[in-house]
Parts: sequence; C-alpha cells; structure tokens
Amino acid sequence: MLESKIPSGPIEQKWDKARFDMKLVNPANRRKYRVIIVGSGLAGAAAAASLGQQGYNVDCFSFHDSPRRAHSIAAQGGINAAKNYRNDGDSIFRLFYDTVKGGDFRAREANVYRLAQISVNIIDQCVAQGVPFAREYGGLLDTRSFGGVQVSRTFYARGQTGQQLLLGAYQALEEQIAAGTVRMHTRSEMLDLVVVNGRARGIVTRNLVTGAIETHAADVVVLGTGGYGNVFYLSTNAKGSNTTAIWRAHRRGALFGNPCFTQIHPTCIPVSNENQSKLTLMSESLRNDGRVWVPKKQGDTRAPGSIPEDERDYYLERRYPSFGNLVPRDVASRNAKEVCDEGRGVGPGGMGVYLDFSDAIKRLTEPVVREKYGNLFDMYEEITGENAYKVPMRIFPAVHYTMGGLWVDYQLMSSIPGLFVAGEANFSDHGANRLGASALMQGLADGYFILPYTLPNYIASSSLEKVDTSHPAFAAVKEEVQQRVAKMVNIRGKRTVDSIHKELGKMMWNNCGMARSEEGLRSNLAKIPELRHEFWTNVNIIGGGEEFNQSLEKAGRVADFLELAELMCLDALQRAESCGGHFRVESQTPDGEALRDDDRFSYVSAWEWKGENADWVLHQEPLAFEYVHLTQRSYK
Amino acid sequence: MNLTLKVWRQQDAKAAGKFVSYQVQNVTPDMSFLEMLDLLNENLQTKGEAPVVFEHDCREGICGSCGFLINGVAHGGHRGTTVCQLSMRFFKDGDSLTLEPWRAKAFPVLRDLAVDRSAFDRIIQAGGFISAPTGGAPDANAILVPKNDAERAFDAAACIGCGACVAACPNAAAMLFTSAKITHLNSLPQGQPQRDQRTLDMVAAMTEEDFGSCTNHGECEAVCPKEIPIEFIGRMNRDLIHATLHRRGE
Repeated sequence: MLESKIPSGPIEQKWDKARFDMKLVNPANRRKYRVIIVGSGLAGAAAAASLGQQGYNVDCFSFHDSPRRAHSIAAQGGINAAKNYRNDGDSIFRLFYDTVKGGDFRAREANVYRLAQISVNIIDQCVAQGVPFAREYGGLLDTRSFGGVQVSRTFYARGQTGQQLLLGAYQALEEQIAAGTVRMHTRSEMLDLVVVNGRARGIVTRNLVTGAIETHAADVVVLGTGGYGNVFYLSTNAKGSNTTAIWRAHRRGALFGNPCFTQIHPTCIPVSNENQSKLTLMSESLRNDGRVWVPKKQGDTRAPGSIPEDERDYYLERRYPSFGNLVPRDVASRNAKEVCDEGRGVGPGGMGVYLDFSDAIKRLTEPVVREKYGNLFDMYEEITGENAYKVPMRIFPAVHYTMGGLWVDYQLMSSIPGLFVAGEANFSDHGANRLGASALMQGLADGYFILPYTLPNYIASSSLEKVDTSHPAFAAVKEEVQQRVAKMVNIRGKRTVDSIHKELGKMMWNNCGMARSEEGLRSNLAKIPELRHEFWTNVNIIGGGEEFNQSLEKAGRVADFLELAELMCLDALQRAESCGGHFRVESQTPDGEALRDDDRFSYVSAWEWKGENADWVLHQEPLAFEYVHLTQRSYK
Repeated sequence: MNLTLKVWRQQDAKAAGKFVSYQVQNVTPDMSFLEMLDLLNENLQTKGEAPVVFEHDCREGICGSCGFLINGVAHGGHRGTTVCQLSMRFFKDGDSLTLEPWRAKAFPVLRDLAVDRSAFDRIIQAGGFISAPTGGAPDANAILVPKNDAERAFDAAACIGCGACVAACPNAAAMLFTSAKITHLNSLPQGQPQRDQRTLDMVAAMTEEDFGSCTNHGECEAVCPKEIPIEFIGRMNRDLIHATLHRRGE
C-alpha cells in the first residue's frame, strides 16, 4: 500500500530520471482532460496556472471571494533558494542537507533533494512574473540569512514575501482564466471527494452564497488546501484555514501522514485576552538582531528596563553558544515554554519572553533597525500599543504550520489513484520540523514544477474511463453531503460552534502542543470523543443550509477538526520519541534536549481510516538516510 | 466598555436592508474590532438570532478580505489599518458606531456587511499580469532592476484588493486599485513588452465594470490600509496617453 515510487540511482539524478521516464500527453489531446484543483494558494494557483498554460481543462475552487485571499499571502519572511549568489558556500546539496537535518530526519531524502534542486527555478520564475523582490543598489537580488542557517539564501520582498509570491501566481492564474483554460469557482467549499472504481474522479462542493450543493467531475483531482493548525483554535493561521478537504479525502481512503507533526513558531505576539480570535506572527527574521531573555528570578515583575544586565538570563545564548538566538524554531519554542513553566515568563499571565532590540539599536542605530524591521515594529505597536524601539517586544510560541498532511508518493499522489496533494496539505518534505522560508519554496515547487510533470504522467499512463456527474457515485456522495448539512443544521442545541472549537483548542494546546506526555495524550483521547458527541447533540447553528451562513461553514470545519484531533493524539502517542516539533516528555536527554529514537521510529506514520466505529490502522513507510547521516541534532 | 452598534442587515442581494441597533457589553481595549463583532455574534447566536455576516480571514491586514464602513469611513479611519487590525483601545465607553458595507454599484451586497468584489479579479484578468509561462524564465539575476524601480513596484504591489478605495470615492472609482497594479508591472523591465496593451485593457475593463472616474478627491489614498499614493493614478493616466498615442502611430 505504501509504495513511495522513489526512482533508483544517485540522488542528484533521481528527478531527471523520473522526468525522463514519465509519459507525456499530446498537446492536441490535453484539452480533453479535466483537472480539478482545490485551493488557490501558492500550490493550487501555481498548478492551475501551469496546467492551464499546458492546455489542460482546469477547474479551480476556492472558498474565498477571490483566489488572491489564500493564506499563503500572510507569509512574511522569505523563500529559500540554493542560488549561491552570495558566494558563501551554499549549494543544492547544502540546502538539501540543512532541510533533512532541520526536519530531524523524518523526511524523505529524495523528495528534499528535488525540492533543493527546484528552488533555483522558482526564483527565476517569480522574477519573470514581476515579483518585486528586494534588490541591492546595483540592481541584483538581495538575500538574507534566515531561521537558523549559516548561509544567506533567503529571497524576500520586505516582510510580505508570501503576498508577493501569491500575487504572482494569482496573476498567472487570472491570465489563464481570461484565456479560458481555467474556470475559477470562488466561494465554493469542497465538502467531499468522489471516488469511482478506486480512482478520484470528482468533488462535491457547497456554494457559500446560495448554499447549493454541486458536483464536479474530472480525470484527476488536486488538493492544495493548506494546513490544519486551526485544530488548536488559536494559531497564526487565517480564520478560514481548515482540514475539511483533506479530511474528507482521508475518510474516502487517502492515508494521513504524520498527523502529530505541528510547528509551533517561537516569535508570536502573546495571547492577551479571553476573546482572542487568532495569534499574530512576528517574522523570525527579528531573531537575527533581537536578543531573547527573561529575568533570572521567578516572578520578577519589574519593568524590563529596570532589570539590571546581570539579573537577565539570555537563555538561548547561554544554552546554545554557537547558534544563540538563531536556533531552529522547535528548539526556540520549547525553551520559551520551559522558562515560562519555571515561573520566569513576562507580561500578563507570565506567558511571554522578551525579544530585545536595545543592543541592535546601539550597534546599528535606530534608523537602520527601522529600515530592516519597521513594518514589524509598527504591527507590534498596532496590536499591543507598545513601542518596541523603547521597550523590548514580548513574544510567545504559537501554532503556525502543520508538517503532517495526506501521505503522498514521490509523484505527489496520495494512496487514492488520481488524487494529488500539494503544498502544506501533503506531508512530504519537512519531516518533523520545517525550517524558516521553506514553506513558500515547497508550495511553489509542487505547483509550478512537480505536478505539471507527474499529473500528465498519471493521465497518460492510466486508462481513464469516461465519467461525468451523471455517474451514480456522484449522486450518492451528494446525498451524503446534503444529509450531513441537514443533520448539523437541525441539532438546534445550546452551544455555539466557537465555544466547542475553543474547548477543543485548549485541550490540544495543553496536551498535544509543545510538550506531549502519554498521560496527557490518553486524557485527550478519552475526552475528544465526548466533545464530538457534545457537538453532534448540542451545537446551535442559526439559519439553514440554503443561505450565506458563516456559522454553518464554521460548524462543518469544526466537525472535521473534532475527528482529526483524535488522530493527531493517537499519532503522538504511538511516536514515543522526541523529534523536531514533537517533544515527548518521556524521551529526553539528561540535559533536557529532544531525544530521537531512530531504531524504533525512523518511519513515516500513515494512518488508514476504517470507518466511524473502527480503529485507524497504522502503516509505516521506513525512511533510509544514505546521504545525510543520522546524528542527534546539536545547536550548542 | 459598552457600545451601541447600528449594523446594516440585509438577508441577500435581492432583499431590502435596514439598520438594526445592538448593545455590546464587556468590550475590552485589547480586543480587535472583529473580536468585538465575534462577541456580538456569540451573544446573538445564544439568543437565537442570526449573526452578522462580515468577511475576514487572516486578521493581520494582508489578505484583504475584511472591510466595511465605520461611521462612514472605510476601515474606521486609522491610517494604514484594516478593520481587522483596528484595536478597541481607540474607542471609548458609550460610543455609538454605524457599520455598513462598501457602497458601490460594482460591489453588490451579498449579505449584511459582505459584498461581491469579483469585478477586481476581472480587471486583473484584462491585463494585470506579466506573461511568463512556467519554465521559460531566464536566471533571476539576468535582468538588473534599479533599486528605485523595484521599490516603487513594491509600493504599488502592496495593494491588498480590499476595495476601500472604491468605497471611499464619491464616484466609486477603482482607479487607485487599477493604477497600483499598472504601476507595479509597468515599473519593471519584465513588464515592458506588454506595457501599452496592459494599460489600455485594464482601463477599459475598469470602465466596463461600472466603476466611476477619478475627480481628485483623494479619499482613496486617505483610507487605503496600505497607503498606496494617489500619485499612481497620475502615472496610470500618463501611461494611458502614451499607449493611446503609440497605438495611433502604429
């Protein structure tokens, strides 16, 4: 069942070999094939535009009012590429090496190598589209060092790199829409997948304005629907980000890979009130110049300026002298949690640490700091009312990204033939921890440069029978979707959707967040089904299914989070090792660092849904490391 | 603090709308404006009433989903701020606030505070792109871009497509939006081959979509959450004249 289809041969040649071995579709025949792409973020929009250019007949779906709203737009920091424009020792191999190691040896080597190779083409492509990357006075592209790497390989567009890359893909997509190769379906949410004779052949959607449930058939379906960090309720994800598309596909047979691998980002603005609806990320580029500290004394409530230098604990610099404030995200987050658990946290509730720029301002002057980080300082002031040029920022970790997702092979195809998964929605390239500036790279690699090869190969090498929405499978799935919507709307209980979502989020943050224990996970596994029952018997959705109904939209997504949460805890429980963002308290070194267990856990967990009243079945894809040798990560 | 909200309620595009008053209690200064509306909606739902529909997603001022008028001002009138970033500390106990959707012929109301802004996508379809099919790009450093041009392109590309400029304009013009995209792409060497055609087509699309014309009120710049300057409209007009004359000569 778990055939990863990694090509043979040396790692540098695998992708070339795979591309040569792929079957092609005659240009004249391409328009006869229909491709459904769900999601219009970096992966989805890039794939839709590229396949439209090749001549395929593409239908692209987004629950937003415009494809430009996808949450890729919010990425701040940058995008990695092994261009070595700085002559500082970077190379494809080094980007590959850093990514495998940064992922704590839980990603596939072959996939990561391909990602590093493609990274150079992405920058070329984006510049050709007019993405306004930062430049130097001579007109060449500028780069910076980012998120715990020692070379300068991150390309950026001020603090809005995701926005500019997405607009590039969006504009290419709009060009194809105008050309008639892509039909865009906005305000359409995928609520189920249609599988015919073992192959993905279409989707069922809800029109979010009219409430109409609609069916769409195709020869191949791509999901580029992003991550599921909102299972925690509070996260840096957009409010609409959800798991529904991949979860519905999982229930139709797609295996779910590494569901417990969640990234908790170290530099976010701390939670300030009970009604808080989301958390705001501050780009981790801030760690290039800011110094992280807490008071040495517990419960020290003095203002930061009146705490003398020798009573401050610059704990990252102390514990990790060679990387200091630039340790990878998982390490920085866990250390922040530890010092706060020790009672040394700062700000309201003691859930925060300082990120202090006073040394940088002394060294570089305030105008230089303003030029580098001005928009971030402004954003911080808008939210907190504090001026970070005068007092240190307060930061705390927040859920940011999910490395887990639907299991895919080297071709990005899930375990359902004809269902491809791209970007954050798949599990593939980041292992147990994603390095900074790698998400944009992966989304665009999948969309621009991998799917446009692997998807035609699938079409050309499969004998696809003619299927349209008149096939009985479509009517059957549509009926199920309609019943589910009707059931939800008719519960008419006492609790709002948000109140249940918040309760789930707290449970997940406490027991399946930055530190996970067997006891906490078992407690969640007992309580989540109860909360699910509460939802299905006591939720109150105002209004009906046949109208613009945001409560109903949220309810459908929360219903799926309530199932996914259980699988995440189950996965975290079976992985009795610490790796990357997954820290099991039972598995640590004597000095409190994460302790991996390669003998027992060097595999991808891929879970199979067996029905509502049956247990999931765990499949394992063993991981082999031929090029990057297994070592315990050390940033000391 | 306690607030009185007068909110535009409209069931769907065809229904007539009206203002309905609500009291919101226990608002704290560290909430965002949309969190205050979340609180209102939680209370409405608990009472069995339909929550107020408003668009939002990233809640950090970059996706462009949110936006409505607060006391007649798009996004509430704090410079460079979308309504999702607007903090309640700028309001005081007892304030009375009127919330209504963007008002423009080209942006029909869908429900309550949500409007249809797909006309913006159609303006982009007309020419808001550089044709660069995937795969054929030269090395990223092969074409140098002077830093000033790159900076101007970025300033223009910062537009989030929220529609506040249209809502604030007495003529409901989309010229700030359109000129921002034209300035972004026309400032770059990569955008030169399609420069004239892009300008002509996007301006034509803007007119077809029932947006008005600029008469230099400057309201658009004042409410733009990304502070896109009105100067770009001048650039667009210059490029339009240039393109028109160029075409006549051909």
